[in-house]
Amino acid sequence: MSDNPVVVGTGLTKIGRRWEDSLSDLFAEASRQAIEEAGIQPQVVFVGNMVAGELDGQEHLGLALEDGAGAFPLVPAFKVESACSSGGSALLAGYMAVKSGVYDSALVVGVEKLSEEPSDSITTALAEAADADFESYYGASFTSLNALLMRSYMKDYNVPRDWLSEIAVMMHKNAVDNPYAQLRKAITVEDVNRSRVIADPIRLLDCSPTGDGAAAILLTRPELAKGDVQVELAGMGVGVDTIGVNGRVSLSDVPATARAAKAAFSAAKIEPKDLNVLEVHDAFTIMAALALEDIGVVGKGEGAKFFHEGNAERDGKLPVNPEGGLKARGHPVGATGVYGAVEVVRQLQGKAGKMQVPRAEIGAFHNLGGSGSHAVIGVFKRKR
Amino acid sequence: MKPKNPVSVYGWGSYVPPYRLTVAEISRVWGRDPVQYEEELNVKEKAVAGPDEDSATMAVEAGRNALSRAGVNPKDIGALYVGTESPPYAVKPTATTVAEALGVGPFSLAADLEFACKAGTEGLQATIALVSSGMIKYGMAIGSDTAQGGPGDHLEYTAASGATAIIVGPGSKDAAATLEGSVSFVSDTPDFWRRYAARYPSHGEGFTGEPAYFKHVEGATRALMEELGLKPSDFDYVVFHQPNGRYPLTAARDLGISPSALKVGLLSPMIGNTYAAASITGFSAVLDVAKPGQRVLVTSFGSGAGSDSFSFVIEDGIEARRDKARKVMDYVSKRVEIDYALYLKFRGGIRLGGGAK
Amino acid sequence: MTVPRYWRNIGAHYRLEGIRCKSCGEVSFPPRSSCPKCHSKDVEVVQLPRKGKVVSFSLLRSPPNGFEAYVPYYVVVVELENGVRVLGTLTDVFGEVKEGMEVEAVFRKISEDGEEGLIHYGTKFRPIA
Repeated sequence: MSDNPVVVGTGLTKIGRRWEDSLSDLFAEASRQAIEEAGIQPQVVFVGNMVAGELDGQEHLGLALEDGAGAFPLVPAFKVESACSSGGSALLAGYMAVKSGVYDSALVVGVEKLSEEPSDSITTALAEAADADFESYYGASFTSLNALLMRSYMKDYNVPRDWLSEIAVMMHKNAVDNPYAQLRKAITVEDVNRSRVIADPIRLLDCSPTGDGAAAILLTRPELAKGDVQVELAGMGVGVDTIGVNGRVSLSDVPATARAAKAAFSAAKIEPKDLNVLEVHDAFTIMAALALEDIGVVGKGEGAKFFHEGNAERDGKLPVNPEGGLKARGHPVGATGVYGAVEVVRQLQGKAGKMQVPRAEIGAFHNLGGSGSHAVIGVFKRKR
Repeated sequence: MKPKNPVSVYGWGSYVPPYRLTVAEISRVWGRDPVQYEEELNVKEKAVAGPDEDSATMAVEAGRNALSRAGVNPKDIGALYVGTESPPYAVKPTATTVAEALGVGPFSLAADLEFACKAGTEGLQATIALVSSGMIKYGMAIGSDTAQGGPGDHLEYTAASGATAIIVGPGSKDAAATLEGSVSFVSDTPDFWRRYAARYPSHGEGFTGEPAYFKHVEGATRALMEELGLKPSDFDYVVFHQPNGRYPLTAARDLGISPSALKVGLLSPMIGNTYAAASITGFSAVLDVAKPGQRVLVTSFGSGAGSDSFSFVIEDGIEARRDKARKVMDYVSKRVEIDYALYLKFRGGIRLGGGAK
Repeated sequence: MTVPRYWRNIGAHYRLEGIRCKSCGEVSFPPRSSCPKCHSKDVEVVQLPRKGKVVSFSLLRSPPNGFEAYVPYYVVVVELENGVRVLGTLTDVFGEVKEGMEVEAVFRKISEDGEEGLIHYGTKFRPIA
């Protein structure tokens, strides 16, 4: 097996309502940063995106974005889609392309535009992550499916509501320092508890905001990379489960995440305790608590407590989402996995500014698609 | 009319939605004297279908209850008629949707029948004939309606929702009741109608009474008693179509029938006029309580106009079937009052647009 | 929702049909051409029990397109009497909803394809009380 790919360039756009920018503009902004930093051109592009076909009427997305951006010479480009984990899956495609030796360099771009449609259309489009015939057909929204998990979790492990609200509070606090974040505003537990009910028990401030954004990573073979500090993509893993929540044995865990973690950590030859920083897919506060448990950072039922005790703060035992996570940095659905990966890389490079966590040698990101159907985990390591 | 071979009722089942709109609430909205209509109509409130209900869904629940009591394999139902004046589609049979949901078919006759409030008993006449002739073993006749009157119209106070299904088969002591005979009585009497493009029906006000309801109900009932050699006192229970709570009592008085015989089957004071389901839901309520050997008279009425009149004798087999499904009074007594605004939302009376498409 | 797609699923939507694997005995929902447990193609359509218990629930207040008239409504996972789980919604709820609450399957209208398209029917769950 050949060497692990290394990251030679990253790019992020600020997440928000980017009225002036098209999908191609966002793609160009993030790609250009990554290519300029790398000093090399990509040989292939993998685009992580979920709903451009549904909301923008644009399929054949890879070439449409490349050509629409004009930021670099046209190369083969593919859209990779696995709902909210599209970005993570696109990174897996780039990882495989470079590690296999088929391509010398791969540009992975997650990009999504969600601000231009009315909220009910967004709700409808995101519901397509679920089983169209037996979940969406009956009017289940994506939020309501996650709410089923939240209720089961709180009941099974006797977790107080406030502990989950505290997760949102920490994410918002972290995002205040993040120039790319969508919500740079501190909130209180009371704010969360009194926010509008979307699908009980999930309230508005339990949910990540939907916005527009793009994130890019350029991977290459280590011998082609310049510079003395290198961050390698040391291992990736994907775990899957049924598309419908009715097929799950339990509603208070996400086995797909555990499966992804096992595969990724084994490939990277690490254990959860080796992590110095972790980006989890907190589309809803409950998903942050579950992620810590299924990844193996803590035992069953202890995820929310880990946050409650301050262990996930930037100076805690294991900093989680120091940039604010999906909850406050934002959740441009298909781009989210790449945001998480870029954030880990920048932590390991020591480039996270006010968000920097100490001793960042090994980090991982977690990206979840559907209500627990498809999980992607990637482990990055700093090499010298 | 007497069947060539005896025909019995094997299963019966009803459904009445839990939502109730009071006559007083409708009066409040339209500025009427709140007690005037209640007293004039002898109707206190009407049953209203929920937002996810229509004539097909209500027919299915009634049909399930009837199948439970009949103990018949749905595949053995050789004919299924849905009588309704409020079919979910202008063109596309309600009966095939209902059959599919109940597991009836594909080898089954299925059709919708329309004859205002008489459509339910029309289906009953047709299935009786098919069973009696030996063409089918069992048949199911359903009356189901989510009737609506125009906003503020006299009809709005009573037009209600409900469904009843009756399963008939070859004559047997083990069945619930056996048919003695029936009469159908029709004429072109335009007391109530709705043109294609009209959303709500029109009616002839007082013309719906003497030349329409009373002439046909009483004409059919008298002819039936004559044909069977029976007199009013031979019937333990009498059910008439019930557009309100007053007309059946008047018809009974005219025919010399004791008001006490009407009591069990007179549901409109509590749930309003369930149109095609009205008379057979009254029959269903009687079957819920009647004892073997008792005789039941059922006469429907449909505007336009006509009546079907039936005489049944209760069989020994009724007792074993009765508790296999919810009874009419289980549904009638489960009531949740709604206001006029919610009623409009439930029944599509609010035109959606803008934010809520 | 295309017309043939709606039509293909009528058995599951109208009658709550699942499949039983003749090879390993697993009963599952929704119906598939193979058993999701042992992947045998030797499966038969079966009628699932119409009664069950609520495993988890969410009261939805922010609906997808086409469900505005039903808001708020409960999204639930129901465990049927034979242990098979289905996702659905509750109807005619007048009391408190709890885990373990007994419910029964009822045939209801789910959504409409505008004013001129098909009416989509299916199974909802109603509290037994």
